[in-house]
Amino acid sequence: MSTAKVDRRVEHSHHFSSMEQEHEAGKQGVWLFMATEIMMFGGLFVGYFIYRFKFHDMYIAGGDSLDWTLGALNTLVLLFSSFTMAQAVTETMKGNNAKALKLVYFTTACALIFMVVKYFEYSAKIDHGLFPGFDMWNPDMEYIKSKIRDVALLNNVDPANLRLFFVLYFAMTGLHGIHIVIGVGLMIWLMKRLKNNEFSPKYYTAVEGVGLYWHIVDIIWIFLFPLMYLI
Amino acid sequence: MSATDTHSHGGNYINCEKGLWSWLTTIDHKRIAIMYFIAIMIFFLVGGLFAILLRLELLTPEPLFMTGDMYNRAMTLHGSIMVFMVIVPGVPALLGNFALPLMIGAKDVAFPKLNLASWYCLMVGAFVAILSLFWGGVDTGWTFYTPYSGRSADAVTMVVLGAFIMGFSSILTGLNFIVTIHKLRAPGMTMMRMPLFVWSLYATAIIQVIATPVLGITLLLLVFERVFGIGIFDASLGGDPVLFQHFFWFYSHPAVYIMIIPAMGIISEVIATFSQKTIFGYKAIAFSSLAISAISFLVWGHHMFVSGQSALAGSIFSVLTMLVGVPTAIKLFNWVSTMYRGRVKLDTPMLYAINFLALFTIGGLTGLFLAAFNIDVHLHDTYFVVAHFHYTMLGGALMGFFAGLFYWYPKMTGRMYNEFQGRVTAIMTFVGFNLTFIPQFIMGSQGMPRRYHTYDGMFAPYHLTSTIGSWIVAAGFIFAIYIMVRDMFKGEKCDAKNPWGATTLEWTVDTPPIHENFEEIPTVSGRPYEYR
Repeated sequence: MSTAKVDRRVEHSHHFSSMEQEHEAGKQGVWLFMATEIMMFGGLFVGYFIYRFKFHDMYIAGGDSLDWTLGALNTLVLLFSSFTMAQAVTETMKGNNAKALKLVYFTTACALIFMVVKYFEYSAKIDHGLFPGFDMWNPDMEYIKSKIRDVALLNNVDPANLRLFFVLYFAMTGLHGIHIVIGVGLMIWLMKRLKNNEFSPKYYTAVEGVGLYWHIVDIIWIFLFPLMYLI
Repeated sequence: MSATDTHSHGGNYINCEKGLWSWLTTIDHKRIAIMYFIAIMIFFLVGGLFAILLRLELLTPEPLFMTGDMYNRAMTLHGSIMVFMVIVPGVPALLGNFALPLMIGAKDVAFPKLNLASWYCLMVGAFVAILSLFWGGVDTGWTFYTPYSGRSADAVTMVVLGAFIMGFSSILTGLNFIVTIHKLRAPGMTMMRMPLFVWSLYATAIIQVIATPVLGITLLLLVFERVFGIGIFDASLGGDPVLFQHFFWFYSHPAVYIMIIPAMGIISEVIATFSQKTIFGYKAIAFSSLAISAISFLVWGHHMFVSGQSALAGSIFSVLTMLVGVPTAIKLFNWVSTMYRGRVKLDTPMLYAINFLALFTIGGLTGLFLAAFNIDVHLHDTYFVVAHFHYTMLGGALMGFFAGLFYWYPKMTGRMYNEFQGRVTAIMTFVGFNLTFIPQFIMGSQGMPRRYHTYDGMFAPYHLTSTIGSWIVAAGFIFAIYIMVRDMFKGEKCDAKNPWGATTLEWTVDTPPIHENFEEIPTVSGRPYEYR
């Protein structure tokens, strides 16, 4: 891959006065974007705590019905991917595009493993009719309702309220999953640019930006995992 | 060097490239501002048309030409269009885009492509929202309160999605401006040497970046509620409809400061320029903008005094809300002190600025009445509230907006508008505005509820006056827009770099500016507004 055309940027964009200024601006832009992410997920977290306070038993029951080993596995996978991503940034800063590319491959593989595990978790819940609003589409509503009732009775909670746990479970992990998928898209973009050997110790803003994004996605999961699966 | 450099010499930003496509793909902040101008003026006329229809319907106590449903739809569209498509993007995205890089001595905003993307977000969002008209219309009011919005007409989903997309436009513009202000100031332009309009855009951008994502997730949940029936805001499924109100106002109260703070920034510029005097209390004005944006996050509960809030929470929100009056009053006193013993020139921008001072003072003071917990219980959902927010939003934000449009008009277009006609519009809007909304204060305090298309006969004289006033204010704004559009092509040519004798950097460049703004990036050695 080192034979690809060398197209390193040496000039800053026309409206900046130096490469350094451009890099600083880009980095600040990503940090601000992360603030918006925190506020967006923040709304959902507030919703989670309000309903947890209101329907405590239901949240215990809902949390118990999730498989914490799968959640823990995904946590490990994401933590490892954050490490490889951080290494990729370091290697790019050193000018080692080829090594960074391998690390981005690792990161992407982790993201895909995460999504596969999520797929199995989601399909199990959907099979049990726990996807909110599922009853609207499924013609066999009585069957779905009886399934929910089973889960609820097993845990001794009101079936009508149990769905409120799963509303937030799907909304929060779903929005997080969308971020993982977007992250994979960004990784593919980075792979292309790393293959072209576009980055250098002077210009690596894109890799650092995606790195920051990947860490925030990871941190959100670090909060989601105990709230949903453990407590 | 990048491709855009080839255009930098010869001509100005308007004629350096030709053809519609060059406009639709431009990343020049000044051209994007012109595109915002076109879009926002169209939205403003559409939103205004609905306002006129509503006032016409209210001419008589009995239904005139609308059914209740039609009235509710027209009211919702008027509110949604004016808030999400006119006032929120108006000052920051239009005038901010044009003036910000020029004022701080930059060649462009930090992320020019993102800037163009913000324009397209607004367009797509607006398109989706307006499409709902052909889907049967929306009758929830612009606040989309649940549980009603979870169940009413299908078109709600589209309007809410439209507002969600337009939210991105606002977030990205804010993000762009914060980075531009931090990283792209010319050498010597310290924070304390920035023009006050830049300070106000900074305070606004903070709110846009922090508050808008909360609206985004709220509207998304509302869409899920409607599509999947998830029940998070539906009491029959265990959810809490009041939670929606909390989420909504956590954004939407700061949002009214997104609308007013940049207008206040324009007033600071215009008053200093047309008084030919150093602004009084530069630091106080700059920091009061930041103070308003900080306090704005703590006052959302004053929209919910009658939503089952505890008396303690109500009292706390009440006190916090009154705090907003402090930085606001600081600004007003400083503006008046700037005018005191200045050489005041009553040109069109200054007349609009004086409109702002008079009307916003009334709007702000009636805001204190409504902030008082116990008084609000009486005035809640009456025309008093309607009049209050029109005094702040129309009398404040939009008067400031028009002051800014006329102020930067020669710089933007290279031509001068007709001064006499401009002054006429300022006076017409002032007279018409007061005629429209003073009666609403009176009937509101007497108990006329908002959002009804019929009313008790005792309110008939007030409604009649109000409707006649609405015609004058509409004529004034239409005339103002007509002047601006006509003189863009037919106005007297203006080559002077500094027609107003102002001191900020945008008046040191060519009129209209060249593609890259500055031949050479200036070095700043003093504070703005050094008139004497």
